[in-house]
Amino acid sequence: MGLLLNEDEVMIRDMAEGFFADKAPVSELRRLRDTKDETGFDRALWTEMAQMGFAGVLIDDDHGGNGMGYMAAGLIAEQIGKNLSATPFLSTAVLAATALSKGGSEAQKSEWLPKIADGSTIMALALDEGGKHNPKKTATTAEKSGNGFKLNGSKAMVADGHVADKLIVVARTSGDVGDPDGLSLFLVDPKADGVSVERTIMADSRNSARVELDNVEVDGDAVLGDIESGDATLDAVLKAGRAALSAELLGAGQEAFDQTLGYLKERKQFGKIIGEFQALQHRAAHMYGEIEVARSAVLAALTALDSGDENADLYVSMTKAKLGKTAKHISVEGIQLHGGVGMTDEYDIGLFSKRIRVAQEMFGDANFQLDKIASAKKF
Amino acid sequence: MTDLETFRTETCAWLEDNCPAEMRTDMSGDNDACWGGRNFKFQSEAQKVWLERCAAKGFTAPSWDKKYGGAGLNRAQEQVLRQEMKRINARPPLSSFGVWMLGPALLKFGSEDQKLEYLPPITRGEIRWCQGYSEPGSGSDLASLQTKAEDKGDHYLVNGQKVWTSYADKADWIFCLVRTDNSGSKHEGISFLLFDMETPGVEAKPIKLISGKSPFCETFLTDVKVPKRNLVNEEGQGWNIAKYLLTHEREMIGETGAARPVSEMAVDLAGLEDGKLADPILRGEIAQAEVDDWAFKMTMGRMLGEAKAGASLGAKSSMLKYYGTELNKRRYELLMDAAGGDGLEWEGERSDDGRLAKSWMRTKGNSIEGGTSEVMLNIVAKRVLDMPGA
Repeated sequence: MGLLLNEDEVMIRDMAEGFFADKAPVSELRRLRDTKDETGFDRALWTEMAQMGFAGVLIDDDHGGNGMGYMAAGLIAEQIGKNLSATPFLSTAVLAATALSKGGSEAQKSEWLPKIADGSTIMALALDEGGKHNPKKTATTAEKSGNGFKLNGSKAMVADGHVADKLIVVARTSGDVGDPDGLSLFLVDPKADGVSVERTIMADSRNSARVELDNVEVDGDAVLGDIESGDATLDAVLKAGRAALSAELLGAGQEAFDQTLGYLKERKQFGKIIGEFQALQHRAAHMYGEIEVARSAVLAALTALDSGDENADLYVSMTKAKLGKTAKHISVEGIQLHGGVGMTDEYDIGLFSKRIRVAQEMFGDANFQLDKIASAKKF
Repeated sequence: MTDLETFRTETCAWLEDNCPAEMRTDMSGDNDACWGGRNFKFQSEAQKVWLERCAAKGFTAPSWDKKYGGAGLNRAQEQVLRQEMKRINARPPLSSFGVWMLGPALLKFGSEDQKLEYLPPITRGEIRWCQGYSEPGSGSDLASLQTKAEDKGDHYLVNGQKVWTSYADKADWIFCLVRTDNSGSKHEGISFLLFDMETPGVEAKPIKLISGKSPFCETFLTDVKVPKRNLVNEEGQGWNIAKYLLTHEREMIGETGAARPVSEMAVDLAGLEDGKLADPILRGEIAQAEVDDWAFKMTMGRMLGEAKAGASLGAKSSMLKYYGTELNKRRYELLMDAAGGDGLEWEGERSDDGRLAKSWMRTKGNSIEGGTSEVMLNIVAKRVLDMPGA
């Protein structure tokens, strides 16, 4: 693996770089936050992203997308990370598109994928329950009821949950809490009886929600694919989600580093540019090494996903672990090296730290991934 | 078939016909390496035959021009040769500072006469070289070196002391940094000399390390007469040549890594309980080391790919050297943690004479030799990140 971008990929990266810097820079996140925007993102922006082909990047041509694949999705996510752009890209274009593409019936694909690709439908994955990601601990149940199912449980950290037109709910159809298998996915209307969605304002000012399911009745055709295929579909969704989050963390981490380095080169104390001090130079040089190594991991994981490598799941977890640690390290150092202004809301470095905290937690922090890696490698 | 495919087929067949079976087994360590030189004793007939056949084919220095004893391969062909040798687990026919270090320096900075004189014997494994850089007072600050070479008309008179000269007690010739001028800046007065280790006044003494025996020596130079024609390039060019070689060396040091994943080695040492390492914190640290190991390997590949064909990585190689060596130290700390008391045995058959413990101690030198981690960080800060200051 050379891990070098080909011509098409360079084009996508350049396109995404210009697009997000221009249309959804950090100031736009500040505006959404400060005006307490009810949607939490700009719908016009999402429509434009759909027109650019970003929403359909993981959807094949037959269903209205362009099938550019994971590397392209990662390059887009990286720019989203760099600009802290608030968009439903992760929830809808990555998670929902993967769930439907990999697990949906032909009817479900035909109905929903074109609407994701054209930006008209927002979807959200309702998976996690406690504070820590751990799918096998899923306690939400789906019991047979007539022709359909009855859902009960509580979900948290549902990205874009309060604006979703459809929820993809992960619920247990067999086995006990703690079993790795027995999970199925359901397409649930958030307005259905028994569903309550509460928007939760998070540290990163991005969309998140809690979802309560109280005897929610759904038809049999609400099952995404069939109930047996849920575990495999969820694995595919998590792989895609972790890879996209890793790419986003790369963009956010790189930008936090670049801003910190820029500050070290302009701030003067003791009559000197503080970047002349060796103690600070070494910390910056160390971060440079870490982020370069982290970048290679992201590229390798995305390449493995696109080529269908049998070790892709392992590489994705390794990458999520690496990016979780590295981006967190940079965000901690970033504030410290900014000194007092790093603590002010005026400077962006704190916003990067907040988003990095959330993104490294989603779908498993570094410790979760390390445990998974050790188990996969049998030690 | 493309030219490259033809080359692969031919190489594959040649290796099949020419690489002796004994040379297709794992090496147990430095003792199994073929270093060549006037005094080298071949371990086996197979080792000798393998060297001779490869040398005749130009495969001991595959990228060098044929007139210098190489095979004139381009980068793609060289890679094919490496892949095919790896595929049959062929040992390197020759381990040589001449091939790794002096050769690249002469090819870039030497005269045509010097290339024709020195390179072919290197490729045949006839002359073994060592490197005379560091001095007792010049470690990280290499350019402060004081070994003096006085102009005596037809020759230089060299006086001084070198240290960390690997295999100086076994080498035939040395490439050596000396001071020919004290008047300008410390970098400007350095020159690059070649001389025979049998010249009167040269004495090498091995150094014992915290890890036990080592190839390192102190080398004393007392009134050593070196003919003027043994100067590489011009007087005062030594620092440029040395920098070029150090960059080259750092890329290689960054590459050294345990062949086996640290988790496998740790499982051998500590065993499993219910399918897991019993110490949950060690298990997590090992998983983290494997993540970093994998991501670092990907980075080596990516950065070498990004550097244009044939070009050097420049200052980025300092990051790789820093990262790779610090990682290797971490690996061995984890292995020692996994082994516990068993890993602490220093002598005796049970521990293969303290193989693990000595390897562990030896890794401490990784982040010192070839430029300390601290110097690597200085270089990254200034030359890659463009941070201010001297």
